[in-house]
Amino acid sequence: MDDSIVFDFLKTNWPELLSLTGEHLRLVAVAVAVAVAIGLPVGILLTRRERLKGFVLGVAGVLQTVPSLALFGFLIPLSFVGVGARAAVIALVVYALLPIIRNTVTGIEGVDAHVREAAVGMGMTRGQILRQVELPLALPVILAGVRVATVISVGVATIAAAIGAGGLGTYIFRGLRMNDDRLLIAGALPAALMALGLDWLIGLLEIELGARARTVSPTARRTRLLRLSFAATLIAAALGLGLAAWLGGARVSTGGDAPAPVADAGALAVRVCSKDFTESVILGEMLAQELEARGVRVERVFELGGNLCHESLVSNRADAYPEYTGTSFTAILKHQPVTDPRAVYEQVRREYAEQFAVETGPPLGFSNDFAILVRGRDARELRLTTISDAAAHAPRWRAGFGQDFMSRPDGYPGFARTYKLKFRARPREMDLSLTYRALAAGEVDVIAGNSTDGLIGSLDLFQLADDRRYFPPYEAVFFARRDALGRVPQLGETLKKFGGAITTGEMRRLNLEVDGSKRAPAEVVREWRRGKGF
Amino acid sequence: MTAPTDTPVVEFRNVSFAPPGVAAPIISDLDLEIRRGETLVLLGESGCGKTTTLKLINRLIMPTGGEVRIEGRATSEWDETALRRRTGYVIQEAGLFPHFTVERNVGLVPTLEGWPAARIAGRVREMLTLVGLAPEVFAARYPRELSGGQRQRVGVARALAADPPVLLLDEPFGALDPLTRAALQREFGALMRGLDKTAVFVTHDVREALALATRVALMRGGRINVVATPAEFLRSEDSYARAYLDTIRPAGESAAAREGGD
Repeated sequence: MDDSIVFDFLKTNWPELLSLTGEHLRLVAVAVAVAVAIGLPVGILLTRRERLKGFVLGVAGVLQTVPSLALFGFLIPLSFVGVGARAAVIALVVYALLPIIRNTVTGIEGVDAHVREAAVGMGMTRGQILRQVELPLALPVILAGVRVATVISVGVATIAAAIGAGGLGTYIFRGLRMNDDRLLIAGALPAALMALGLDWLIGLLEIELGARARTVSPTARRTRLLRLSFAATLIAAALGLGLAAWLGGARVSTGGDAPAPVADAGALAVRVCSKDFTESVILGEMLAQELEARGVRVERVFELGGNLCHESLVSNRADAYPEYTGTSFTAILKHQPVTDPRAVYEQVRREYAEQFAVETGPPLGFSNDFAILVRGRDARELRLTTISDAAAHAPRWRAGFGQDFMSRPDGYPGFARTYKLKFRARPREMDLSLTYRALAAGEVDVIAGNSTDGLIGSLDLFQLADDRRYFPPYEAVFFARRDALGRVPQLGETLKKFGGAITTGEMRRLNLEVDGSKRAPAEVVREWRRGKGF
Repeated sequence: MTAPTDTPVVEFRNVSFAPPGVAAPIISDLDLEIRRGETLVLLGESGCGKTTTLKLINRLIMPTGGEVRIEGRATSEWDETALRRRTGYVIQEAGLFPHFTVERNVGLVPTLEGWPAARIAGRVREMLTLVGLAPEVFAARYPRELSGGQRQRVGVARALAADPPVLLLDEPFGALDPLTRAALQREFGALMRGLDKTAVFVTHDVREALALATRVALMRGGRINVVATPAEFLRSEDSYARAYLDTIRPAGESAAAREGGD
């Protein structure tokens, strides 16, 4: 990667990078402040209640071993948490607690027994001993705990982007998805620098406090004091900023443009979700822009991982998001795959209305089905058009599939059975985005991609027809909460307008604009809307 | 003997201390009266119960049997904070607060008692001068910047600062080198003679006991074997006391002669 590319990237993305860094810092500052507010009193209590100590430290230790994505998953369904900054802060606090509690206990217990005995013997009360003796002497150790907690938080906060909390993780996830190293670096490098910087800053404070009792000359003492107040001011500023943002209601915003001016100040915003892949972001952006064009204020909660969009919708944390009927049918409603698109759509619509009070918009006009792909050159040479045509060649072929395809009910096992496929070796399981490149490079000979992926055209790949109709249909639709439809009439109009509005070819092109040409989804969507005369 | 001025300042009445889970009681059937102005030295080996006896006085420990009375009131009836502020406390490692300057360490109890700042500052200077430390040199220093002997002097100054009637000292000079130790013993003896304080002093050093005590209480296995003035102690027929005295009396030389040469 040469310097000018990095420079150009920075030039165009500088404001976003700054705002993501700010979000990241706020998340960390708020989480650490809350963790100190909880951890310090708890740590003090534990030094007074010997029997509680093992239990509480044990629980805090176990909490810290819970993988962060799993923890986010547990937090989302709780109605008072939801997605966004609040869930992220709660998770960060959970991870930050252990070092703070443990170091508070260690610090206080590490106070010299003679000093403590003298304090008691002098007639100091417990409160006086705590405030004047134990806490000041334990402070460097407690600060070391805060330092560890802060560094951990900077790291964990990158994962918070998966639940729409923003921060530098937004770049990292986007970079992973789009195979874009610049984005990865733009997310990871500032996060690493932030961790180092905060570590250094708190370390400075720690050393100064530890040194106070050892200082000899008044000049050195003044210099130290100066540096001490400098470090304290910086940390206080960061904390204050974070707290102010938190109290002011930190809003969730990632990647996209700032919401349009509020046309109807009295109306609640419509919260539009998207999943963490390009097509979902584009569809979410389409819905958002169309609503904004009708004067509706929109809150974007984009790039949520897993089924978080669905969880948010049913727990009233979001009002609408783009989904695929096949995903709803199998992954959410847990039905066996069915191949008739009409039947799947109708059943999803009915069950969503009954179970979740969620309405289904008309199909958008394209499906994002599993697409069995081979190189265009092979298809032409071997005259392949259907999967059945290809079955004869399978024993000489290597296959590469995403983890998802290998494990899901409508994935590989049934597929191989239906077409009586036998590959040269067990299919290689790899990240979905990598399978395209592996196919184009000749590393594998057949993959299961998405039918709307822009790379199909740009890498000259060929989609084999599903002649036995094995794959269930994945028609794109918008889901919307019934109460939101009642509250904002424009939402219903917008959903109707999107009925049949997007073809498979169009979707491939839009995906390619974002993934291939690295353009911003908001811009690509604006262009598309103009072209369609929306 | 029954005049009010002669009321014991500290009185042990049939005191025992046997915490649950410990086989033998640490203190058994202890009876002892300590009068105003007296320096009573508790002498004995490690584990004989002398430090425990001291801690029963300022209620760091409560007796499991009998009662300890301070100025005519049982320790259980005292507010423990008030009791401890009337009993200055000096321990072996001084227990100075490392994050406080000498001035703040010495001024600790007056500050807790809410004295005005000017009075505290004056008292700190007075106390430092009393223990032989020039205030202008030492007041702003931290304990780390002091020698062991200087730290013990600060410890004594701190214990005396709020003018408590009773002073408790737990092997205050135990960790010092012999020369510093001898110097501090001499100065402390002189100090106590001039101050009219009641002091209880714990040591395992018989020479220190004889040099400082108005009475020596020899302890063994949680009981008091002998209570005597230094002069009586030197003539004691008690075999345990004789064993102690033998450690400082080379054959043919009298303890009194040795004392004189110190």
